[in-house]
Amino acid sequence: MQQASAISLTGLSKVYATGCAALSAIDLEIQQGEIFALLGANGAGKTTLIHAICGIVNPTAGSVRVAGMNVKDQPIAVRKKIGMVPQELTNDALERVEATVKFSRALHDKPGNPALVERILRDLSLWDVRKDRVMTLSGGMKRRVMIAKALVHEPDILFLDEPTAGVDVAARQAIWALIRTLRDSGVTIILTTHYIEEAESIADRIGVIQRGKILLVEPTHRLLERFGEQQLAIQLAAPLTVLPAGFARQGLQLTPDGRQLVYTYSAGNRQNQIADLLRFIHEHGIGVLDVQSRQRTLEEIFVNLINA
Amino acid sequence: MNLRAVRAIYCYELAKAWQVPIQSLAAPVITTSLYFLVFGSAFKAQLVAFQGVGYAAFIVPGFIMLSLLTESIANASFSIFFQKYSGTIYEILTAPVTSLELIASHVAATATKSMALALCILLTARLFVRFDIAHPLLTLLYLVFSAATFSLLGFIVGVLAKGFERLQVIPMLVITPLTFLGGSFYSLNVLPEFWQRLSLLNPVLYLVNGLRWYFYGVADVAPTGSWLVLASTFVLAALAAAWIFSVGRGVRA
Repeated sequence: MQQASAISLTGLSKVYATGCAALSAIDLEIQQGEIFALLGANGAGKTTLIHAICGIVNPTAGSVRVAGMNVKDQPIAVRKKIGMVPQELTNDALERVEATVKFSRALHDKPGNPALVERILRDLSLWDVRKDRVMTLSGGMKRRVMIAKALVHEPDILFLDEPTAGVDVAARQAIWALIRTLRDSGVTIILTTHYIEEAESIADRIGVIQRGKILLVEPTHRLLERFGEQQLAIQLAAPLTVLPAGFARQGLQLTPDGRQLVYTYSAGNRQNQIADLLRFIHEHGIGVLDVQSRQRTLEEIFVNLINA
Repeated sequence: MNLRAVRAIYCYELAKAWQVPIQSLAAPVITTSLYFLVFGSAFKAQLVAFQGVGYAAFIVPGFIMLSLLTESIANASFSIFFQKYSGTIYEILTAPVTSLELIASHVAATATKSMALALCILLTARLFVRFDIAHPLLTLLYLVFSAATFSLLGFIVGVLAKGFERLQVIPMLVITPLTFLGGSFYSLNVLPEFWQRLSLLNPVLYLVNGLRWYFYGVADVAPTGSWLVLASTFVLAALAAAWIFSVGRGVRA
């Protein structure tokens, strides 16, 4: 192991009293200073996994180590290092923004630090509403209050359970930028999300969880390479009835309507240079109207994976 | 020991009460006034003095104890139950706060509120009735310990409660009847012998009479029994709390 593990799960299982097996024998290593995205459908076990690491859920079997400490043996020391933004907006509605953020810092046994509180509130565009009651804020602002509460005690590890659910596009970008800044300052970030776009744009690694099992863990770029086929759609000037001889060998296929040639490749195994391919088509006297390149999104990869 | 967290939770719980001053302070003042208008003034002529204590003065400790017990249980249970219900408890569960710190801060906050309430009632009652407290320091000590014990009991009720309606069960069906039948408003002497004996099985009787003894130096039972009941209630509640948090029932899944 070259890098220090921020979180290390071995054989982690959780069976609820109802008999529902939310997690089955999960093994997972999360490195210090990375952004790890946990993708999964509703009920896949994302939240239970996070709760088990934070100590809200007592695991049925297996062990959870955070920064080298076993959560079972040193729950308090572990919780000092963890910040958590839950999925539900569970602010105390009557509380005021600044007061609730300061409360979170005190809960983590940290002395008051008005400068830090101000910086976090400003970073999250909450400074102007710091004296407002949380109940008067919009959903997106409430979520940012939750994020502020999780950041204010300067955690080493930050859990974000669907951090941008219900947040508008501009605020979402701001939250992503903040998450990247935090990662750059050495914070380990674990987020769950439904938004594939979110994982794709900020995660260093992605884990896919389904029915309490980790299906795969890959660096984001490799996941896209491995499963992210690219397609080149070549629109023809005149439809073809059959694929000319030799075209199949170049990796070209004809669409059923005869109007397009499709070349499928992945970043790892690229048979032809695009220019060579187009020259080849041109040499066969076939006119080309348009060329479009399309990459499979993480969303398609994800849907294929969980349906497999 | 995470004293910052204990202080933060304590202040936060008290601040919540200040946000609803009508409910927290005006209500008990009005209720007390009504009690003393009805019992103290209207019935004055018909009601006999007990061991030299006038009836209106006689019910002051009873009424304080009744309010202290019911309000401690109701406040403590509602406060923790509501945090469970609304989900805000997640934050304390993920914070470096031990179960003991969580319980201590909640119990201290509820007990403080109950003591403020008791003081309010005492001062309001004093406007209607003339009385002097025989043992003020022991009265204070006794009230603080009672408030803490029943706040702890309420905390446990709130942790175990599965719904708002169940939250009312213990105060309504257990504590209120026990307090009314526990000599809050009458002396045991007025009861037939069978009922007197039955009343001696009621723990609240000892609690009420303990306070009355410290108020006026006279009571149906000696304060030793009162402390015994109070201490055993506290020990049982503490054991129950320890058990609940060790198995994670009601809070951690």
